[in-house]
Amino acid sequence: MIRVLAFWVLMAGAALAVEPGEMLNDPVLEARAREVSKGLRCLVCRNESIDESHAELARDLRLLVRERIVAGDTDEEVVNFLVSRYGEYVLLTPRADGANLLLWWAGPALFLVALAIAGVYLRGRREIRQPEALSEDERERLADLTGK
Amino acid sequence: MIVELGHFTLLLALLVAVLQMVMPLWGAHRNWSSWMAVGQPAALAQAILLTFSFCALTYAFVTSDFSVRLVALNSHTLKPMLYKVTGVWGNHEGSMLLWCLIVALFGALVALFGGNLPDRLKARVLGVQAAVGVAFLGFLIFTSNPFLRLASPPMNGQDLNPLLQDPGLAFHPPFLYVGYVGLSMSFSFAVAALIEGRVDAAWGRWVRPWTLLAWLNLTIGIALGSWWAYYELGWGGFWFWDPVENASFMPWLISAALLHSAIVVEKREALKSWTILLAILAFGFSLIGAFIVRSGVLTSVHAFANDPERGVYLLGITGIFMGGALTLYAARASEMQAKGVFSTVSRESALVMNNVLLAVATFVVFIGTIWPLVAEMAFDRKVSVGPPFFDAAFTPFMVLLAFLLPLGSILPWKRANLSRSLRTLWLAAVAAFVVFALAWTVQTGRSLLAPMGALLAGWLIVGAAADLWVRTGRGGLADKLSRAWRLPRADWGRVVAHTGFGVTIFGIAAMQAWQIEDVRTAQIGETFEVGGYSVTLADVQEVEGPNYISTLATMRMAKGGHEEAVLTPESRFYPVAGMPTTEAAIDNGVFRDLYVVIGDEQPDGSWAVRVFVKPFANWIWAGAIIMAIGGGLSLTDRRFRIAAGARNARATVPAE
Repeated sequence: MIRVLAFWVLMAGAALAVEPGEMLNDPVLEARAREVSKGLRCLVCRNESIDESHAELARDLRLLVRERIVAGDTDEEVVNFLVSRYGEYVLLTPRADGANLLLWWAGPALFLVALAIAGVYLRGRREIRQPEALSEDERERLADLTGK
Repeated sequence: MIVELGHFTLLLALLVAVLQMVMPLWGAHRNWSSWMAVGQPAALAQAILLTFSFCALTYAFVTSDFSVRLVALNSHTLKPMLYKVTGVWGNHEGSMLLWCLIVALFGALVALFGGNLPDRLKARVLGVQAAVGVAFLGFLIFTSNPFLRLASPPMNGQDLNPLLQDPGLAFHPPFLYVGYVGLSMSFSFAVAALIEGRVDAAWGRWVRPWTLLAWLNLTIGIALGSWWAYYELGWGGFWFWDPVENASFMPWLISAALLHSAIVVEKREALKSWTILLAILAFGFSLIGAFIVRSGVLTSVHAFANDPERGVYLLGITGIFMGGALTLYAARASEMQAKGVFSTVSRESALVMNNVLLAVATFVVFIGTIWPLVAEMAFDRKVSVGPPFFDAAFTPFMVLLAFLLPLGSILPWKRANLSRSLRTLWLAAVAAFVVFALAWTVQTGRSLLAPMGALLAGWLIVGAAADLWVRTGRGGLADKLSRAWRLPRADWGRVVAHTGFGVTIFGIAAMQAWQIEDVRTAQIGETFEVGGYSVTLADVQEVEGPNYISTLATMRMAKGGHEEAVLTPESRFYPVAGMPTTEAAIDNGVFRDLYVVIGDEQPDGSWAVRVFVKPFANWIWAGAIIMAIGGGLSLTDRRFRIAAGARNARATVPAE
């Protein structure tokens, strides 16, 4: 476990995640770049976005994102560009289409099912089940026993 | 010599574990009391043998015996003594030995303190626990033996990883292992009860302390790990939804569900088969966690991916234990007849909702964790499942849980009056809206995150106080105080743990929403403003440490002309390991952390600096610690401690 945790930092240089030199002068564009970067995976890291990662590759991707933004791409176009280049593996939020729908709907679906089961269970616990009426045989035996 | 002895006692422990597994289980089956009685001494012997093994391995690390392969690979003479010791479990083999030791220690605890358990149940519990021990001892000895020697020992060890020399990192694994392995105890109780075909209130009482112990250790372990990430990674993130973290989070969530449902079994003799299932699944998630961490399946892009043989073995262990237990469950669960009857508005129902939410949340984490694997194998899609997915898919269930919690915890058992219970909470509701409004007005942005966090936290914390208020009954304040003092510890535990949950929620929401970040280059002597603080980069020096070279910056943080902190962030370079590290400097505070990082020198002689103001950051871990304290309070409740009392109570009840 320790090794695994340490990996994050092994990937790191002493550098910062987003370096001042990389940042765009226009604060609006820079804010957009940061936002886009937060949703993109540093491909060689563990679940880290390129915005957080210190890895060399993350830096290249950050620069690429800013390049596209300066070139006039919308956020969506930037993301699509990166997906076309690196595959959907680069997205930290899996797209809700095709098989991924299973992933997105599994939680809510299970929740509804669990609610339904819990509902049935709770209804069942509401009253004490009445013992079943005596069968014909039992009634006769009872009559014998009591001598009636 | 000592190492060989340790190796020998390890093998002996496996033999003893086999005896401890076979004899009590068979004896309980045939009702041979002499065979059943073997469990107790065997459990103690196994624990003693493994303790010796563990000490022997520690001795090898402490004396830097590099003829032991594991020591040569994972230690170095220059390491500080403390980290030589923690290095014992800082690697796969050593941590597995610790795991086996804890399995055996738990068995020994049952043998020592399980005096109130019926003999047959105790024999079965010890037998099942030994089966877990056998599986892991086999795994340890045959795939990852820590005691192997090297034919030609090196002059020095290979590992002087500076990152591992950190208290937060070095000490969190033992807590996590106690947590994971503690759940094996609940599992053993569940399987033993299935074999017996009987679950009653007493069973609920016996299983709860083990679950509590496991849960509170998981809480501490997770908090320590997250705190380490916070100060070490250099940008102040504390949770990454990484497979390895999820591996510890899933057992935490499910054991939280388990310790709530066990209450229903204990107090109301309902939810029995569900509780058994949870106990099985909780340990299942521990096993899955071990598999995820040690097989490297989900992290295979990385160099440290382990031996596939180990993965297969662990998957086998998981399969056998889960398959076996669930088959037994399918066969026997129908025999667990519930006794308690309750209305739909009752504490029982609230605890059912708690379980639904926690179980579904666990499932969401589980599917998110394994989805990359499933998508690649079944659908040929290479996808990432990152924090944004978990934030979106997991958080709603926690929010719902937090909404229901204060109400659920004050509802009476059996039949509750909803409007009366809600009236008790009016103050909590008012408090929640006040902090919501306060948070809303204080902040400049329009994000709802922080105000919602504040709302939930206010609701939970004041709700917990209301819970205490209700429990202390009627009368004046003095009466209430004296009654509060005499309340069962379990009540205090509940109130404290729920408060901690609120504190953590607020910390997470506030830090994420209100964090201020500033990245820039600064000349030495330059002053700039960040979030109301004026920050001065006073000085940057090259400093030589014991085994590293450091770039050490001095930064002064002032607010309103008053100096609040002088921080010295470092960027270190360790020549032996050839590795740079970032040492963020943090000024911890109750209301905010100041978090600064120094980067590289720029061509124009200025320095890259990163400054964060992180409001309420410490509340995240403080909340976790409060939760753990709550768990600890519950654990010391009289009814768990007094074994004799429980036995007498049982004796008066005619058998079956």
